[in-house]
Order: sequence, then C-alpha cells, then structure tokens
Amino acid sequence: MKSSNDKSLHGQIRMEKVFKRTLIGIAIFLIVLTVGFFITLVQQSMPSIKALGFSFLYGKIWDPVSDIYGAYPFLLGTLLTSFLALAISIPFSFSIAIFLGEYAPKGWLSEILKNIVELIAAVPSVIYGFWGLFVLVPIVRSFETSIGVLPYGIGIFTSSLILAIMIIPYAASLGREMIRMVPSSLKEGAYSLGATRFEVIKTVILPYTKSGLFAGVLLSLGRALAETMAVTMVIGNSSAIPTSIFAPGNTMASVIANEFTEAASTVYLSSLIELGLLLFVVTVIINLIGKSIIKRFTNE
Amino acid sequence: MNSNISAGVKYRIGKSGFFKGAIIFFSFLCAVPLFAILIYIAKEGITKINWAFFVNVPAPVGEAGGGISNALIGSLIIVAVAAVIAIPIGILGGIYLSENKNSKLASWARFSVDVMQGTPSIVIGIVIYFWVVKPMGDLTNGNYTFTALSGSVALAMMMLPIVVRSTEETLKLLPPTLKEAGLALGLPYHKVILKIVLPCGISGVLSGVILSVARIAGETAPLLFTAFGNSYLTTNIMKPMQSLPLLIYNYATSPYEDWHDLAWGASLILLVWVLLLNIITKIATRRWKVQL
Repeated sequence: MKSSNDKSLHGQIRMEKVFKRTLIGIAIFLIVLTVGFFITLVQQSMPSIKALGFSFLYGKIWDPVSDIYGAYPFLLGTLLTSFLALAISIPFSFSIAIFLGEYAPKGWLSEILKNIVELIAAVPSVIYGFWGLFVLVPIVRSFETSIGVLPYGIGIFTSSLILAIMIIPYAASLGREMIRMVPSSLKEGAYSLGATRFEVIKTVILPYTKSGLFAGVLLSLGRALAETMAVTMVIGNSSAIPTSIFAPGNTMASVIANEFTEAASTVYLSSLIELGLLLFVVTVIINLIGKSIIKRFTNE
Repeated sequence: MNSNISAGVKYRIGKSGFFKGAIIFFSFLCAVPLFAILIYIAKEGITKINWAFFVNVPAPVGEAGGGISNALIGSLIIVAVAAVIAIPIGILGGIYLSENKNSKLASWARFSVDVMQGTPSIVIGIVIYFWVVKPMGDLTNGNYTFTALSGSVALAMMMLPIVVRSTEETLKLLPPTLKEAGLALGLPYHKVILKIVLPCGISGVLSGVILSVARIAGETAPLLFTAFGNSYLTTNIMKPMQSLPLLIYNYATSPYEDWHDLAWGASLILLVWVLLLNIITKIATRRWKVQL
C-alpha cells in the first residue's frame, strides 16, 4: 500500500517537472521563433544586400528583366500611401475617440458607434480591396476627370482612401481608452473655472492624452505600412516612380505580393525579401514604440 | 459692459456647441463607407448564391453554374489546422507568462510576442515559404511544394500572439488565492494550473481563441506563397488548397465577368462568417464579462 502511494507520488512529481519544463520550453520556443524570423529574412536577403548594397535603397529603377533593382519607387509609394491615409483618417479617429471617451462614454449612441468601429476592423482586407476596385475606382476616376488629371482611377490616392477607412479603428479605440483615463478632478477643475466643454477638451484632455493619442497614430501607421491585399488590388502595380498622388504606383508589400512567386533569379527573389526585411524592421519598431508609450501611459 | 461679457460667453458656448457638432459629424461619417461596403457586398453577393454555388467547383470561363465548394472546404481545413497548431502553444505560452511575471525569460518571451503581433502578414508568408514550403519541396524532389499545411502554419503564426496575450491577460486577473488553495491541498502544480486556474479563466481564453480565428479567417497575404490556391476541390493538406480570401483575390483581379460573380458570392460568405465569429466573441465577452 505504502509503496504504491510512493509510486503515484513520484509520478505526480515527475509530471510536475515535465509540465514546468514544457512551459519554459514554450517560452523559449516563442523567442526562437521571433529570432528565427529575423535571421531567415536577413539570410535570404544576403544575396541582394551583397550584390546591391545601399544602392538598393535609393535606386530609382526597378526592372527585373534587365536585372536592375532599385527600391526607391516602392519606398516612396509606401510612405505616400501610408501618410496620406493617416492624414485622412486622423480627423475621423480622433473625433470617435473624443466622442466615445468624453461626450458619450455610455448610452445607445456610443454602443452603435463602438460597433461600427469594430465592424470596420473586422472586415477582411481583401473585401476592402474588391469593393475599392469596383466601386471606389470609378468614383475616383470621375473625380480625376473633373479636376483635370489623367483619370487612372487606380493609384496612390485610391489606395490611401481605402487604407484611411481601414486604419480608423486603431487610433480611435486606443484614443478612447486614453481619454477615459483623464482624471475627472482635472476636468472638474477646468469646469469650475468657467471653461466650456470645448475648452476643457482643448486645454485639459488633449494635452493630457497627447502621448497616448500619438501611440494610437503610430499603431495606425504600422497597420497602414503593412497592409497588403487591399492596396495591391487598387494601387495599379506600376514600378515607375509615381509622378503625382493620382498616379499608379506600388508599395513594398504590394510588390512582394505580386512578384514573389514569379521571381526567377536569386537576386530578384532576394531583393524582394530585402523589401520584406525592411518592412518587418520598420513596422516592428513603430509598433514597439507605440506599445511602450501605451505601457508608460497606463502605468502612470 | 455686461452685454459685452455675455456676448463673449455666448461666443464661447457657441464655439463649444459647434465643436461638439463637428465631432459627432466626423464620428458618424465613417459609418458611410462601412455601410456602403456591407450593402454593396450583400446586394452583389446574394444574387449569386444558390445551391450549386455551395456544392460545385468553379466552372471554366463561359460556363454557367460554377461554385466555390473548393474554397469553402479549403478555408475550413486551413483555419482548423492552424487553430490546432496555435491553440495549445498559445495557451501554454500564456500560462507561462502569467505565472512568471517578472522572470527574464518571460520578459523576452513577451517582447517576442509583441514583435510577432506587429509582423506584417506578407512577411509571415515569406518566412513560412522558406521554413516549410521550400524545404518540403527540396526533400520530396518537388512533389510537395505549396501545401495547405504550410498555409496553416503561416496562419498559426498570426494566431499565436493573440492567443498568448489573451490567455495571459485573463489568467493574470484571477485571484492568487485560487492557486494557493489548490497548492495548500497538496495538488501538484500541473493539476492546479490545468484543473483550477485554466477552467476559471476559460471564458477569456476561449474569447481570445475565437477572436484570433476571426482575424485569420479573412487573411490572404500569408497564403499567397504557402497554400497558393487550387481550382479543384481537395481535402489533402499536402496539396495546394483554395481558401475564400485567396479565391476572392484571384477572381476579383481577373478580367472575367463570371469569375467576378463567384468572387462577389464568396465575399458575402466570407463577410458573414467573419462577422458571425466577431459577434460570438462579443456575446462571449459580454456574458462572461471578460476584458480582451
């Protein structure tokens, strides 16, 4: 009797050790996975880094047929679409943040708006792209005709519009959380001095939540930089340097999506991966900065 | 003097009211594109959907009666396999992080999960191509290159950070007395975690899992270089496989009217599926009062 008890006790203790080791193993696995990601990207982009060096970044011509790889058109396309989208979306996302955080933290109207924002985030990007291609592109085309530029329809501007819709929820929901955290004593102090609601928002809430709102903008920017499908479908996939915001172009993500499976030569494939590496590093840094700001803000 | 002050106050109150109006206007303006999309997809999609649409594979261009059964089944299989890969690892990872809040390993693991969460989906596609697709092709002399399995691995990479973080956040909120009571009774550590702590937080963990499935169900970019797509019906995860988002992307950008029709129908189904998953998450989080 006693020995069998001992045996099961030993079994339990062994299980306990196995379980603890498994947990540690998983934690190590998560780290290895992320480090492996980075190493794989660096390793696979080595041929292009060696062959092209820094000229890859400022080379203005991307012509795989003649073996010339300059990523400048895509860097420019990515920056143009992302920042244009950000500029369009900020008035909306900040309005939503202020409305949900300050004007109507509770109630049916804010429930509706909250659901709308969640829906915007839930719609798959390929559906945004499809809708953009068939509905937004004709609208943009007639707009372009009316202002007298070449009516491509597809291009940087259309991509920015689609992106602007897609990234609203990120800055909006984070901004809401931040605005809710403003201590009511601060607001009450301003009210008791006779400030109007607008003045409270302008002089108390916005300055107090400045860094939090900035973090939300960063997360939106990270999302815009990395977005692939919707942009690929409406940007026009042209490797020339975009001449205006209405011209077709390409972003780093869209050129990878389009050309990766077709890339035949080593340097061609590797230069696409180098674009991926660049995108990875930039978005990860932006996200990490955003998250560290949020962490500091919520700990205060 | 008196009327002067009241004019100034009136101006400020007016300005405040105007600002409120502008905020409400901008807030609700973003509903316009959303409903435009939802209504357009519903309108275009509903006319394309019939019985044949669910049971047939896409017909060649010019033939009527094609369906998207290959993408429906493909999507289900790819997402299910991804979930099977990501859920156990994600939950165990979340347990480790909530149990070891301050260890060095935990802070590095947490950092890694943050990095993973910020990784662009297209980059995940590239990396999985080199981790799974290419080695498998080399090992089998090109018999197996693009496979549904590699697509699932890519999607699992996207699920993993969401599951880890939601598990961690849920378990962190549980009172430590729960665990202490179990340990005081002499229960071994793994039983305390698996039989007491995890069941207590299961609502939050499940909500995170459903949310992560909703996120990956609509993903296209990681599948481009992994599952690749297939115009025939297959249930073999070692073959290229179609999925709803892939089909929508390929057919939407094709020049054929018939294929656009298939893509509209597929869009409606994908949208309904993703929205349902989101609604389930919402109901679950509200009912169990969990914070994600």
